[in-house]
Amino acid sequence: MDIQFTEEQELLRSSVQRMLRDQYSFEARRKSVSSEEGWSRKQWAAFAELGLLAAPFSEESGGLGGGPLSTMIIAQEFGRHLVVEPFMETVVLAGSLIEHAGTDEQKQAFIPDIVAGQKIWALAWTERGSRFDLADVATTARADGKDYILSGEKTAVIAAPWADSLIVSARTAGKRDDRSGISLFVVDARAANLDLRSFKTIDGRRAAEVTFREVRGELLGSEGEGVALLETCRDRAIGALCAEAVGAMAELNSATLEFSKTRKQFGVTIGSFQVLQHRMVDMFIAHQEALSLMQHLNLSLGASEAGISRLASGAKSKIGYAGKFIADQAVQLHGGMGMTDELNVGHYFKRISSINIQFGDPAHHLLRYVQLDAAA
Amino acid sequence: MELALSPEDAAFRDEVRAFIAENYPQEMRVPNPETDLTKEQSLLWHRILYRKGWVAPLWPKEYGGPGWSITRRFIFEQETSRAGTLPPLAFSVTMVGPVIYTFGNDAQKQKFLPRILSGDDWWCQGYSEPGSGSDLATVRTKAVRDGDHYIVNGHKTWTTLAQHADWIFCLVRTDPGAKPQAGISFLLIDMKSPGVTVRPIVTIDGSHEVNDVFLEDVRVPVENLIGEENKGWTYAKFLLGNERTSMAGIGRSTRYLDRLKKIVKAEIAADDPARLDFSKEIGRIELDVLALEATELRVIAQMARGIDPGPAASLFKIRGTEIFQGITELTHRAIGNDGLALREQPLSANRFMPGPDYGHTASEKYLNSRKLSIYGGSNEIQRNIIAKAVLGL
Repeated sequence: MDIQFTEEQELLRSSVQRMLRDQYSFEARRKSVSSEEGWSRKQWAAFAELGLLAAPFSEESGGLGGGPLSTMIIAQEFGRHLVVEPFMETVVLAGSLIEHAGTDEQKQAFIPDIVAGQKIWALAWTERGSRFDLADVATTARADGKDYILSGEKTAVIAAPWADSLIVSARTAGKRDDRSGISLFVVDARAANLDLRSFKTIDGRRAAEVTFREVRGELLGSEGEGVALLETCRDRAIGALCAEAVGAMAELNSATLEFSKTRKQFGVTIGSFQVLQHRMVDMFIAHQEALSLMQHLNLSLGASEAGISRLASGAKSKIGYAGKFIADQAVQLHGGMGMTDELNVGHYFKRISSINIQFGDPAHHLLRYVQLDAAA
Repeated sequence: MELALSPEDAAFRDEVRAFIAENYPQEMRVPNPETDLTKEQSLLWHRILYRKGWVAPLWPKEYGGPGWSITRRFIFEQETSRAGTLPPLAFSVTMVGPVIYTFGNDAQKQKFLPRILSGDDWWCQGYSEPGSGSDLATVRTKAVRDGDHYIVNGHKTWTTLAQHADWIFCLVRTDPGAKPQAGISFLLIDMKSPGVTVRPIVTIDGSHEVNDVFLEDVRVPVENLIGEENKGWTYAKFLLGNERTSMAGIGRSTRYLDRLKKIVKAEIAADDPARLDFSKEIGRIELDVLALEATELRVIAQMARGIDPGPAASLFKIRGTEIFQGITELTHRAIGNDGLALREQPLSANRFMPGPDYGHTASEKYLNSRKLSIYGGSNEIQRNIIAKAVLGL
């Protein structure tokens, strides 16, 4: 089972590959990451110019109509190059929420700026203690004219320090933990009474805790239906995160294999040791399985199949464990070099660690996968 | 788990426990002592133990050791590590010290041993090189005799805290024609010598713990040679044996497990299915610790009866490091979304870190502990040792 890509999809893949090869070397990335802002606006503009920020949106929304498969192709290549720019947050998370839940007016107001690379977005859904539960929301929103007023605190909002706008989940009814009564809001990230406390992430990006003190927000989607919207959004996000992870795993495997063929100890290449050969065979198998499952998930997302959410959790778990195994072993087999900041191997390790936290770790999704089966 | 102690040994244990409680410096209790302390702060406890006469439990009495039995040494190790104290300078006290008193001459013993005990000299280890990690016998750093000096040229790497060091003990090649193990000598080099350069290596957790050390035409007096020329391999192996005995790390693992349980309780609701999942994982590691501790006690009991434990050190290294990696991994997982954050280096009190204090070093501990299965002879090498020396394969 291997995806037969269309000509357009092949073209997208090869153009992303070419761009990243030419412009996104590990050293160029290091420079962006260690800069004051921590990312490259110039690179973002180049993504826009190549049409990457338009790729998954429907043509009616001003996109290229590539859907989840185009996201998968882009994310996989981004994973290979450890791209830090907020494609996931702006296009996959916010972009798809706006496209699926927004009014025509909202779509027209927001999507063209995303596609053109003019605006950055971030999604604020986690709270202190909410862990990976989309419905555990204490932040409140009360109606005020046609808008709402938000109060509360969100944690671990990736890309918030770079964002122009946030999509925020807040409670319009019910009590903490109630599945219903949560709504989504568009909030200006520079609004008065909105405080950001920024920090660096393990994978070289920026995130923030965000405090809202009576901050004005605009409703996105139906009131009280936020959790269902977020669940669909999470499934798509998992499709993209898994693609990124698989891209990173491929790079780790090829770097490790290459290293094992050149690194000599005890007078021979370390790749000649059977114990390491078997280890690398297991890494190869882990990547093959992850790649297959990742493609299967994204094809299903593209076809909007039933049971997609359970499959997404299954993939997030299986690919998460596979990625962790590969990352652990890639560092181990590189020895001390794998521990250094200088070599890219440790950075792939950290990227995979970060992916394994976002939207739930592999153990969380394993439990969810099992529970959804029991519930069916 | 406790050894069955005689009343005297039990009294000794209580004395050690009380001494730690009363004397361990508060300013050394920082989130990550291995990387957060200055050189002076790192030495505080070392100096307190020195004044008490307890800084070098392993050493014979004549060189300044406390003259403890194997059981007391073990009790001391257990109590200090359970209390989470930063050990005295390991490369000085545990590694080079025993080499000097075992193989060094009288002048060397008089010159170096007192300053090792007092903490006046900070030692680092010049073993690994870019081309020789697990395969130490291939060291390429050359030492060529020139009158009453050696001229040393080479590149040492992964040198822990070389930025603080006054001295480095090095494996150097003195006979390029001999078989790899036969042409190596053990040389003590003053870090202030012209031609010694230290370059930091930043690791994936963002910290600066290890370094490259470049040696360019460094003139080392012949009197700094330990033992005989070209016999360095024997001394190096002796030293590595000492390095690996302390790697079971029961005290540390027990402490981190206790901490992990508190974190899980605080972070994950009792009715969340993840709670049971964590309990199960923690339970498995607890049993691993229990079994390793029982093994350690069994080996200590054998040693007290004069039985050579053989390569038990390799077993301790493998299991001790795997256990600790497992704990740091679970701790990182337990803090959920806060695990995305990594403290910025150099550390500053003004930088924001999300979440409760207990999670602030979870990411860097998780990342940093990846090294445990690599250094001190990788776990693959340790398995080779057991296969060969124990199983006869």
